[in-house]
Amino acid sequence: MARSITYREALNEALAQEMERDESVIVMGEDNAGGAGSPGEQDAWGGVLGVTKGLYHRFPGRVLDTPISESAFIGAAIGAATAGLRPVAELMFVDFMGVCFDQIYNQAAKFRYMFGGKAVTPVVIRTMYGAGLRAAAQHSQCLYPLFTHIPGLKVVLPATPYDAKGLLIQAIRDDDPVIFFEHKALYDLSGPVPEESYALPFGEANVVREGEDATIVTLGRMVHVALSAADQLAGEGVQCEVIDLRTTSPLDEDTVLESVEGTGRLVVVDEAHPRCSIATDISALVAQKAFGALRAPVEMVTAPHTPVPFSGALEDLYMPDAQRVANAVKTVTGWTR
Amino acid sequence: MTDTVERRALTRDELLSAYRTMRAIREFEERVHAEFATGEIPGFVHLYAGEEASAVGVCSNLDERDTIASTHRGHGHCIARGVDVAEMMAEIYGRKTGSCHGKGGSMHIADLSKGMLGANGIVGGGPPLICGTALAAKLKGTGGVSVAFFGDGGSNQGTTLESMNLASVWNLPAVFVAENNGYAETTSSTWSVASDNIADRAAGFGMPGVIIDGFDFFAVHEAASEAIARARDGGGPTLIETKFTRYFGHFEGDQQTYRADEVARARAELDCLMRFADRVTQTGELTRADLDAVDAEVAAAIDAAVESAKAAPLPTGADLLTDVYVRY
Amino acid sequence: MTGERIVAVTMPKWGLSMQLGKVTSWIVAEGDEVGVGDELADIETEKIAGTLEASDAGTVRRIIARVGEDVPVSGTIALIAPAQISDAELDAAVEQARAVIEAGVPDDAGGGPEVQTADVGGRKISYAGVGEEGDVVLLIHGFGGDKNSWLFLQEPLAARHRVYALDLPGHGASAKDVGVGDPAAVLAGAVTGVLDALGADRAHLVGHSMGGAVALAVAVGDPGRIASLTLIAPSGFGPEINVGYLRGFADAQTRRELKPVVGQLFADQSLVTRQVVDDLLAYKRLDGVDQALHTLLGVLLDGDTQRTDSAAALAAIGGAVPVGVVWGAVDSVIPAAQAQSVTGAVRHLVDGAGHMPHMERPGQVQAAIEETIARAR
Repeated sequence: MARSITYREALNEALAQEMERDESVIVMGEDNAGGAGSPGEQDAWGGVLGVTKGLYHRFPGRVLDTPISESAFIGAAIGAATAGLRPVAELMFVDFMGVCFDQIYNQAAKFRYMFGGKAVTPVVIRTMYGAGLRAAAQHSQCLYPLFTHIPGLKVVLPATPYDAKGLLIQAIRDDDPVIFFEHKALYDLSGPVPEESYALPFGEANVVREGEDATIVTLGRMVHVALSAADQLAGEGVQCEVIDLRTTSPLDEDTVLESVEGTGRLVVVDEAHPRCSIATDISALVAQKAFGALRAPVEMVTAPHTPVPFSGALEDLYMPDAQRVANAVKTVTGWTR
Repeated sequence: MTDTVERRALTRDELLSAYRTMRAIREFEERVHAEFATGEIPGFVHLYAGEEASAVGVCSNLDERDTIASTHRGHGHCIARGVDVAEMMAEIYGRKTGSCHGKGGSMHIADLSKGMLGANGIVGGGPPLICGTALAAKLKGTGGVSVAFFGDGGSNQGTTLESMNLASVWNLPAVFVAENNGYAETTSSTWSVASDNIADRAAGFGMPGVIIDGFDFFAVHEAASEAIARARDGGGPTLIETKFTRYFGHFEGDQQTYRADEVARARAELDCLMRFADRVTQTGELTRADLDAVDAEVAAAIDAAVESAKAAPLPTGADLLTDVYVRY
Repeated sequence: MTGERIVAVTMPKWGLSMQLGKVTSWIVAEGDEVGVGDELADIETEKIAGTLEASDAGTVRRIIARVGEDVPVSGTIALIAPAQISDAELDAAVEQARAVIEAGVPDDAGGGPEVQTADVGGRKISYAGVGEEGDVVLLIHGFGGDKNSWLFLQEPLAARHRVYALDLPGHGASAKDVGVGDPAAVLAGAVTGVLDALGADRAHLVGHSMGGAVALAVAVGDPGRIASLTLIAPSGFGPEINVGYLRGFADAQTRRELKPVVGQLFADQSLVTRQVVDDLLAYKRLDGVDQALHTLLGVLLDGDTQRTDSAAALAAIGGAVPVGVVWGAVDSVIPAAQAQSVTGAVRHLVDGAGHMPHMERPGQVQAAIEETIARAR
């Protein structure tokens, strides 16, 4: 179908194509170009991991570097969105949400409702999440459950380059505030991506693998972990259905429920902390709406209830891996009363 | 504090409009104070009575290109920007006919069509948003100016400080108005603000700062006019500090035991409406009869607003789930 | 033809990007006699599932590929040989073939049709060709399709012709704008443009469904250039058409909505794999496709009946060009009975095939195309 590019390149392409198509789209964030006021190269970084590289020169005046003032510039992106722009602001690490969360969950998320339907806030906040780079406790969290909890926000987590481009284009075109989560360990992942522009709808989970024996519901980088586990299990005669949620808000309940109706066995794989996570959210959904179909209790494979450790020896234990997922599948498929 | 400010001559219509708007705010707030005491108004209200000159002095310089953001004490700013008084009253009563269809309440009244980005329940919530609307105006070339109102309490919030810095760094067409009414809830601003004046911080954020008698409409109008012109001309932001006192408590129901008797003195000697009236009748620009006519008109409008609010329907269950998203 | 030597049955290349396939079940067993066109095995690739038909007659002497194992394209999966070939010789061939399978996909794996683009009237048109010699044959897909729908046919035809398949405007990798004035002319123009780019002053056209009407329009415009016309379930030869399918295809927004619609194309539902539906959905989500498909519905339909008048186009050609028409007997999109209206054409009815006989019974369709081409000489 299409040439193969990286997740990072797919995001860059989505931004470039939308900025080309719609001049109200602007980009802002810390070092989104890089070099502001400095004597050397402008667009020195193009974002700390290079996602916005090249946009500064291609779209003069529309890529804004910011001081380290998240509450001010995330708030500014939100205010500008109410005034006719379509800003894509970067919250560099989702771990920094604490310094600007009010603007996101009390302002942007609530304008439309509080103002009786009269506000439109088409802002996208891109942010990096996830462990695996030994970035330690304050630069490795997931935290998407916290945003999922807030009515008025949309929460998106692409797992592949194809999804990254299509979901970011959709996020920019969407008229609601969107928090767009990019797993930092996926930027170098390559995959087929059409050169043309396309938008993937929110609230549509992707069945990445079909199978009748167990359903694995997952999201983000964990999709690849689940697929590894599914490959391993296929060799042992267990066929797993792997569902990538893609967006936690809105959530595609139907795809999850349909699958569990078919397999009767559910494993949820979520890199976030276990309490009040997507794992608990999906488990409750299934327990409520597909109870009769369940032939075993739900198994959740998540990080432990700890901050993310630094040492690789510990971080590797912290993150769910294919073996833990496979074990969980065997638990549900082997369960008897 | 100065009372010898050189004022540019305002026309008769401008003077009447300023007086009418200030009187409308005063009547609105006094009436809400009275009605709240009957127990019919739900939730929290934070009244602006006494501070009218600040809202009107600033907003009378704005036009349809401009945007303001306000605080929890937002009725004055709403009225000063032309938000419909009857819709505001209905909103405060939680009715479906309110500015926000009953879903926002006193602290969240907004009208984006009138450049009013809302009262805000979060102290310091407005300044970052105003950086955004100012950025939009700048990039779109509309010539619009954005004004952030905040209190002495909000002046200490990180969001406010970051916003002032950002507005200077990005050279935004913004004006920051610190309405220093002496108290953040029960805490005196002389205690909570480390510098002698809030406006002293302006230099630290790369912008001019001015201190204005908040009871003097003409002083506020003049200072705001200059700051807004500077912003419109690409000269960047200004910090204006208006000093006055609020006539009521932090919220209605506040026993105000932390205060001395400054309200009585202010009402008697400093009141902005009284001083405005004295001045314009002295110069002969307006007559007492002109002002009395406005007073009567406003009183009738506020009466009508309260009557219609009390009679208006409440929102229903069907309204609970709507307006979370543009598209679900 | 056969009978003397070992004939290798190889993993076919179904699609431009295919590198591996697997046998999901063997239909024949060692010792079975097969004729040309007989089904040998069910094969699954990343993109599609299908049935491999024998291109040679003889005895199946060795089954080499195991069910479920990955085999590189062109890898030998079975041997057909006459009785006189010794077991020792066969075993040696098997060993060689197994080594190829174990080695996996070679680094320089490529081959297959080369994709090119032409600029036709400001629109980028994508096309792919394979084949070294013989006449130019241009394959034209139908509504919502693309050049990959010829994946079972293009290579086999390329043994004797230079075979090209294009993406019509609004489809595949070509420009998605079909214009608002005269989309039918835009589509026909794209075909002519590709012939120009190929430097072909004579070509055989094969058109499927809407592509059949496009082929006719091209022939009407330049009958001297078109050597023959093979029409596969062409549109425009009667009023009836499955509007539910057409509108459903254009309107479907999700996999759930699209899957049953796509199912209407085939007699064998197992061809509608998740990948087939996903690829169609990804195509439909490209900017401009929704508008193109809905514009083309206006060209194809007049209310609930067909708008195109292919019979008139055929009459205008006046017998100057040999015509063959192929139709799946259980076509639920355009009724096979409309083949009767293709005046002067040689008719090939394909049993057990729906609206996509070139995917369900490629061997028979290939034979029909060759028959039509032969009449042009």
